Amino acid sequence: MRPSRLTTSLAALAAVLLSAACKPSSVTEEEARIVASLSLSALPPLPADPSNRVADDPAAAALGQALFFDHDLSADGAVSCASCHQPTRRFQDGIARAIGVGEADRRTMPLEGVAWSPWQFWDGRADSLWAQALGPWENPVEHGGNRVALVRRVASAYRAEYESVFGPLPDLSGLPENAGPFGSETERAAWAALSNEERTRVDRIFADMGKAIAAFERRIVPVETRFDRFADALAAGRRPEGETALSDLEIEGLKLFVGKAACVDCHNGPRLTDDHFHNTGVPAVPGLPEDRGRATAVARVLADPFNCLGAFSDAAPGQCGEIRFMVKEGEELERAYKTPSLRGVAGRAPYMHSGQIATLEVVVDHYSRAPEAPSGHTELEPFVLTDRGRMALVAFLRTLEPAGEEAGAAALAGRAPSGS
Amino acid sequence: MKKLIYVLVAVVALAVAFVGWRMTMSPPDDLDLARSKPTQAGTFVVAVGPESEPLLQGPLHSWIVTVTTPAGAPVDDATISVDGGMPQHGHGLPTAPAVTAALGEGRYRIEGVRFNMGGWWELKLAIAAGGASDAVTFNLVM
Ligand code: HEC
Ligand code: HEC
Ligand SMILES: [Cu+2]
Repeated sequence: MRPSRLTTSLAALAAVLLSAACKPSSVTEEEARIVASLSLSALPPLPADPSNRVADDPAAAALGQALFFDHDLSADGAVSCASCHQPTRRFQDGIARAIGVGEADRRTMPLEGVAWSPWQFWDGRADSLWAQALGPWENPVEHGGNRVALVRRVASAYRAEYESVFGPLPDLSGLPENAGPFGSETERAAWAALSNEERTRVDRIFADMGKAIAAFERRIVPVETRFDRFADALAAGRRPEGETALSDLEIEGLKLFVGKAACVDCHNGPRLTDDHFHNTGVPAVPGLPEDRGRATAVARVLADPFNCLGAFSDAAPGQCGEIRFMVKEGEELERAYKTPSLRGVAGRAPYMHSGQIATLEVVVDHYSRAPEAPSGHTELEPFVLTDRGRMALVAFLRTLEPAGEEAGAAALAGRAPSGS
Repeated sequence: MKKLIYVLVAVVALAVAFVGWRMTMSPPDDLDLARSKPTQAGTFVVAVGPESEPLLQGPLHSWIVTVTTPAGAPVDDATISVDGGMPQHGHGLPTAPAVTAALGEGRYRIEGVRFNMGGWWELKLAIAAGGASDAVTFNLVM
């Protein structure tokens, strides 16, 4: 039986479409425009943090660096920020769920370029780097510390450094050894027994600890990758050659990324993130407590005494645009998580907020299948992916790795922020 | 049998074509990009513009809205609410912008606007003043 004219022409159309998706062609003008917007050269200067008056103070950064690596700021003397955010591994740990004093429910986030991000944590429950840093110290599965013991450690080990940045350290005599709002029952009772003035005194030092950490983290800047060299050559009108060249497969992946696969909808700008929260239908991990992402984070950031509008912030309310104009309710918050930067992504499996996906190949399959979300609605639409298309997308993601002498030494702290 | 294969190929072709179209969807060619227009029922004339140029994808920024009567008289007591989103992606605005100041002469400042993706955005204003209310939608392409 002869196929009808229509089916024949549709089959021909299919052939054309499939081959178009397989064959690299030169980069179009529109693609070149998007490629330039993804280059590290397009990274804006580090945004100011008016809520942290010492954000760009080198002495604060030095103190923050010491605190970041200090194991004695933990319940068992064995955990520092760097236990999970390992400088030699792009400030993450390569495991699905972080392990500190206990096991966390989420995956450690890389810190490269983190200071460009208005919201911190997978769900954005902190609105500044300094407010974020206060979380892990008191988190029972991370450092497991308590507030009074933590500020006592600063008073005993970092008094001079603290005072040179923040002024005289408030008097801690008369306070209990251990007390805090999230610790054990006795620690919480001891905290509740303090006067308001005593609690505020402790909170102020605690907030300053976070501000010093933030000053340090602001120096963890993204480094140039093979992709950036390609993008810059393209932008300069040079034909990318030699070490600036990408392979046909990598270019094909790039074209899918900015085109048919629409990755660039969310992974955009020079850090390849839109800094926003999306439900992408990532499966829940069986056995873990319910995780609703942004939907529960909104109330937490509003209630956080260390947010931009709170008493410990150095900002005027008018400078707290992110929290003032954040979306507070609605379906779109359900299981929405922060779009991660894709810089250095190939070197930091497993993926997603609880390490649900083991490899980049499976990540790409997830996007092409676009499964239903465990709750809320996925923003993804399925798309047809050939084996070659999958290889190409993964090959492109691998170009977001440091180039040349930067390789292996990615995002080491202490670099001056770009542009200054 | 052969026919079945052709039909299957055709279905795949349609799926590819549809998905390709959905994903790389560019804004309609005839999109009205005017920054000044009458509201739907003609109650007001509204002009909008970013408070500072260039308008960048990513950062929070402010817009200035100017409301006049059709005859050109400034409307100073308006209540304005802001909504919007990306019609081709089916999502709303990533922030909840709000009017934070009436600047006089029918001008208002909207703070907290962010466009986090490239493509077609709608900015919808609902305006109430002097007992009348009306709405207007502006299109933008980032
Ligand atoms: C036990 C491992 C562990 C320790 C210790 C730890 N973190 Fe984290 N970090 C994580 C995990 C897990 C997340 C994501 C948590 C979430 O979203 O709920 C995270 C998130 C972050 C983020 C957010 C990054 C982003 O892009 O949003 C920053 C910043 C950060 N940590 C800094 C620190 C600092 C500073 C310390 C020390 C005070 C620290 N972390 C201690 C595991 C750890
Ligand atoms: C609708 C927005 C959106 C689109 C479109 C999108 N992503 Fe993502 N991406 C995210 C979010 C949000 C996460 C984190 C999700 C989570 O952990 O639950 C993520 C996570 C990832 C990760 C894991 C990174 C890590 O550190 O864990 C990779 C890799 C990735 N995306 C690649 C892609 C590719 C390739 C495409 C295109 C095929 C794409 N994304 C399209 C929003 C998006
Ligand atoms: Cu969109």
